[in-house]
Amino acid sequence: MRIILKSFLAALAILFMTQAVAVSADLTEASQGLLAKGYKDKTAAVEAVAATGDARSVIILEALLGGKLFIQKSDNVLVIGVKAEGGYKTVNAITGTEIGLTPKSDVKKVRINNKMRGLIKGQLGGLTLLSDDPALRMKAANAVFISRPKEMMAPMQSALASETDPTVVPAMTRALAALELRHGATMADKQAALEILSDLHDPQVKSLLSGELSSLRALQNPTGPEKELIIAVQAGLTKIDEKLDFLNIIENIFQGISLGSVLLLAAIGLAITFGVMGVINMAHGEMVMIGAYTTYVVQELCRNFAPGFLDYALIAAVPLAFIVSGLCGVGIERSVIRYLYGRPLETLLATWGISLILQQFVRTIFGPTNKEVSSPEWLSGTWEVTGGLALTYNRIAIILFAAAVLLMLVLILKKTAFGLQMRAVTQNRQMAASMGIRTGWVDAMTFGLGSGVAGMAGVALSQIDNVSPNLGQAYIIDSFMVVVFGGVGNLWGTLVGALSLGITNKFLEPYTGAVLAKILVLVAIILFIQKRPRGLFALKGRAVES
Amino acid sequence: MDFSSTKKGPFVSLVTGLPGGGKTFLGILLVAALLVPLSNLLVPESSFFHVPTYMVSLLGKYLSFALLALSVDLIWGYCGILSLGHGAFFALGGYAMGMYLMRQIGDRGVYGNPDLPDFMVFLNWTELPWYWTGFDMFPVAMTMVILVPGILAFIFGWFAFRARVTGVYLSIITQAMTYALMLAFFRNDMGFGGNNGLTDFKEILGFDLQSDGTRLGLFVCSVIALAFGYLISSFITQSKLGRVLIAIRDAESRTRFSGYRVEYYKLFVFVVSAVLAGIAGALYVPQVGIINPSEFSPAQSIEVVIWVAVGGRGTLWGAVLGAMLVNWGKSYFTGALPEAWLYMLGGLFVFTTLFLPKGIVGTSAIWIEKIKNRQTGPASTIPAYVKEE
Amino acid sequence: MLGLRKVAGIMTGAAMLATSALGLGTAQAADDVIKVGVLHSLSGTMAISETTLKDAVLMMVDDLNKNGGLLGKKVEAVVVDPASNWPLFAEKARELIEVDKVDVVFGCWTSVSRKSVLPVFEELNSMLFYPVQYEGEESSRNVFYTGAAPNQQAIPAVEYLMSEEGGDVKRWVLAGTDYVYPRTTNKILEAFLKSKGVADEDIMISYTPFGHSDWQTIVSDIKKFGSEGKKTAVVSTINGDANVPFYKELGNQGIVASDIPVIAFSVGEEELAGLDTAPLVGHLAAWNYFMSVEDEENAEFIKKWHAFIGDDERVTNDPMEATYIGFQMWVQAVKQAGTTDVDAVRQAMYGQEVKNLTGGTAVMNTNHHLSKPVLIGEIQDDGQIETVWRTDGVVKGDAWSDFIPESAKLTSDWTYPFVCGGCEKAMF
Repeated sequence: MRIILKSFLAALAILFMTQAVAVSADLTEASQGLLAKGYKDKTAAVEAVAATGDARSVIILEALLGGKLFIQKSDNVLVIGVKAEGGYKTVNAITGTEIGLTPKSDVKKVRINNKMRGLIKGQLGGLTLLSDDPALRMKAANAVFISRPKEMMAPMQSALASETDPTVVPAMTRALAALELRHGATMADKQAALEILSDLHDPQVKSLLSGELSSLRALQNPTGPEKELIIAVQAGLTKIDEKLDFLNIIENIFQGISLGSVLLLAAIGLAITFGVMGVINMAHGEMVMIGAYTTYVVQELCRNFAPGFLDYALIAAVPLAFIVSGLCGVGIERSVIRYLYGRPLETLLATWGISLILQQFVRTIFGPTNKEVSSPEWLSGTWEVTGGLALTYNRIAIILFAAAVLLMLVLILKKTAFGLQMRAVTQNRQMAASMGIRTGWVDAMTFGLGSGVAGMAGVALSQIDNVSPNLGQAYIIDSFMVVVFGGVGNLWGTLVGALSLGITNKFLEPYTGAVLAKILVLVAIILFIQKRPRGLFALKGRAVES
Repeated sequence: MDFSSTKKGPFVSLVTGLPGGGKTFLGILLVAALLVPLSNLLVPESSFFHVPTYMVSLLGKYLSFALLALSVDLIWGYCGILSLGHGAFFALGGYAMGMYLMRQIGDRGVYGNPDLPDFMVFLNWTELPWYWTGFDMFPVAMTMVILVPGILAFIFGWFAFRARVTGVYLSIITQAMTYALMLAFFRNDMGFGGNNGLTDFKEILGFDLQSDGTRLGLFVCSVIALAFGYLISSFITQSKLGRVLIAIRDAESRTRFSGYRVEYYKLFVFVVSAVLAGIAGALYVPQVGIINPSEFSPAQSIEVVIWVAVGGRGTLWGAVLGAMLVNWGKSYFTGALPEAWLYMLGGLFVFTTLFLPKGIVGTSAIWIEKIKNRQTGPASTIPAYVKEE
Repeated sequence: MLGLRKVAGIMTGAAMLATSALGLGTAQAADDVIKVGVLHSLSGTMAISETTLKDAVLMMVDDLNKNGGLLGKKVEAVVVDPASNWPLFAEKARELIEVDKVDVVFGCWTSVSRKSVLPVFEELNSMLFYPVQYEGEESSRNVFYTGAAPNQQAIPAVEYLMSEEGGDVKRWVLAGTDYVYPRTTNKILEAFLKSKGVADEDIMISYTPFGHSDWQTIVSDIKKFGSEGKKTAVVSTINGDANVPFYKELGNQGIVASDIPVIAFSVGEEELAGLDTAPLVGHLAAWNYFMSVEDEENAEFIKKWHAFIGDDERVTNDPMEATYIGFQMWVQAVKQAGTTDVDAVRQAMYGQEVKNLTGGTAVMNTNHHLSKPVLIGEIQDDGQIETVWRTDGVVKGDAWSDFIPESAKLTSDWTYPFVCGGCEKAMF
């Protein structure tokens, strides 16, 4: 999106500077169809505009694709508009002359549908194959790969010949092979193209080959070479399938780790408040929710006051969410929970009450509807490890984030004075107090730490789930399962618990479906606890019995 | 539901053996069982003392919740087993009753199929699944109301108690149990109507469910069931068995080392409690007219524990009082303060834990004890049931 | 000792008595007001969707009072919170009708809540307006269904995708939450697709639990299913809450609308408000109303809504239009009948006409369903849905689907001579 916009703006700038582009009569005529209401006329117009080969046709088509092409109501002229204060900044689409600020009500957007979108992308592919921007060339090659118009054969060949960028070359090779397979002059050409394609393990290639196979099979009286081609395509498909099967397993493991790290993030704060302190903290989910809402507020503030930093709002939200949720935690600890130590079951009651109050509080302040937390550019999209294995950036980020949070906690617990005091207090309160540790302060800080970590989890969850008052409720039960499964009071147990639950779930899901997989995991937890009644990593010693 | 008349003999001695407060409680139940129907039927509608039918059903619903709370109190208050999944037994009892009521609809469903409930016709099922057989007969269905929760509790308890799963671990796996059941019942393929559950019931034992008479009948049944549950529970807690249970609650290892087979005691009381919860569910369903998987939701089970805590853990009528009070509050405030009732409810929970740590009954008992002590000197001790930990 | 226990016992009794008193205290109806019950969840999982409808009804009541009320009386809304708890829906419905003596109720969202209150409305002969698209297979004397039936949403949507303009789709993923609305819709669609010659292996059906949040596996399955060389589309009946993570995963895995379009029946402007829609441009939704439709009535409605709610960013959606149409029809019917008596108003409802917010006129049919236009729109990057196709005229809501054999033979007509919600022969 952004790239198109940039190149489009750059193109505009150049045009304004030169003002020398002759207005093609063809373009005016070709673009008339875009004024029509029906999609058939518009579709034809898109083809006609592209066929003019006019330099402005790229700009028009890109504006159309980006929803920036409008019809000026007063004189039925096509204009390109960019949102500005009080309407749109418009230029004449055909001539490129600036019109100025046009109010919203004076223009009508030229609507397109999905079919046109595909077509425009293909056409733009043809037009931008020789663009200066390698990313654009890459896009163009991929668009051609999908649409495979015959007239692209020659341009693609020459483009590939002059291509120097090593990342674009494979895309162009692939696109050319696809063109050859469809339109190749001789059977040998087709076989050669097939050879290239079946070395790529890529669902898109698979899709192309299966499509080709079914159209070949539909042939009335296949000739000898055609029959051979059918066999070759089939062989190619099997080859791809084998590779894809292997990649599937890797993908499954990745998805399992990813789900596991979401569980870990949701549960890790609870591993402190519940695992270490013994508070059955039903308001834990709400701490996560508060973290997510903090992210929302930070992002809104950025949007309004510092739009340039919008992409980094998420990073700023991490410490802020820690502080906000942490302070909430400290507040809850000081006002309610400190009166309840030694009565763990009553903390269940009180924190449940607090959780209801917090949910309703958020509902009153922010309203009951979902809030939008957008993904920054650097977290969107996928990382193509190899064809057929694409890992999404936000999932990778969550895995890394979960690991970082865990590491931070371990360091705090093991390497700092506070961590030492915290462990001392939880192991033997009286003795810790008599050694001069301010147990009350340590309690408050510990609960604050657990809540703060939950808040940080909220930042991550805002990227994949609803930001709504119910967010916490969705994770609270799973969090308890993870902590108990891993063994109360042990961070490594929480880690192993979360990951094994995540991976088990993801390996079951393809066979059983999502619901049954979850049920089976729950049953497995119940059975496992019978085997090891204190979880995976049980604490040993007398303290456990109390 | 005619337990009282057929088994009156042994119960007479049970009732006479009750402590005074228990008798008062039973007395109030009896009065309610008489007064509510009378005022509904005889007192004119304009009168202040008229109880509208709407209220009768509502009270019936509260009573079945009270029985559920009682069953939780029996294991939590007296044996220290905190079940966060008791809603599962309640819902299973409810489903057994719901299946009976569903079969009673016969061909009055929208598709007019005499054998299959509408949702099965809809899923293209051609015959009744095996586990639905017999549910058209009331005695079978009632047996299932008791058997299904009982057997589940037995199996679950058998494994869990023998493996010495205790404390919060046990609580969490009970939660896992009810959560898994909820997900399972949500599945349409299970044959229990999926998310919509069972609804649109017509009649019970030939009586129209929408008639005032049936409603009163169900109300009286609920009162009787609650009284019956109360008698059983207090019989258990007053007996020697009850003493052992309290010993387990307070020091499980010591009790075990004293030679008691702790797991069997726990198993027994867990099963009894599950059966009571199942009966409560069976009474609940015809009075609210729907049973669906949300009854299995862990939040629902946690709420039951909270009713008990509000009323007073380890005091049987405390559980009843808590269930009535919280549910009445819910009914009232969702109507009167629809936007703010969660603050009230949440506030009540926090307030109770902070200022009434033994619940309403327990704390008021301590206060009264203190006042008494001031009058008579510090002679008497706090009764056993308000002591804990 | 005995004393303590007595006290406790008495407290229990007192609570019971207090409970009974609750019903008595509030049971009084004033003659100079007309009461409208609002039965939408304001807390719990459904509050996300339903709170908006409560506000919409309050807005219309407010509006009505400003214009002199109804039949010379003031109109008063009675709001209760059934808290997304289905048995509580039945209880609150009864309370509204019996205790608050409301004349009509606007409410419910989920099918199960409607099923839960249905016996109450039938028993007490009251009137419910149900404003959400639903699975059909029902027509109660006491309910008016102002949302879309499957033939007003699902079938036209699939027909559109099958058409040349819609992309000539050959392969279908029917993804839904596992409950009755998706089950029914998918069943109808499956029958419909097969009648159009779609083979079994070209249909993939997948159900997920409520609030499902980890969509990685399903989205990559969809990706794989779509890589078999035929144009593939996803028909989504995924329920409200689970949609945000679903669309986020779609966007992240790079499924763009021009490759595999997703058409949704439960995703409207309100759901999209919680999402960054830039990666979703071009995915589709089928409804009877979009906020983006340019129409005078619609502009007026949006203006009023923004003024009432005090926030210019708030969106309007299809269930709000359905509530609006239902409310206006009820007002007209009351005026026509000259009373709020349920039976009289019901008779007056048939044939009642109200201007749609999208142009044209909605008509209440004798099967208690509306005739409305069907719109298909594409998601835009500003969270709006732009119409790309609409039916020429209006489509009559069908209570019983023609694609389910058991229900195809049933007729719903509450006027003479049929007078029934689902029967094979006329009653009279």
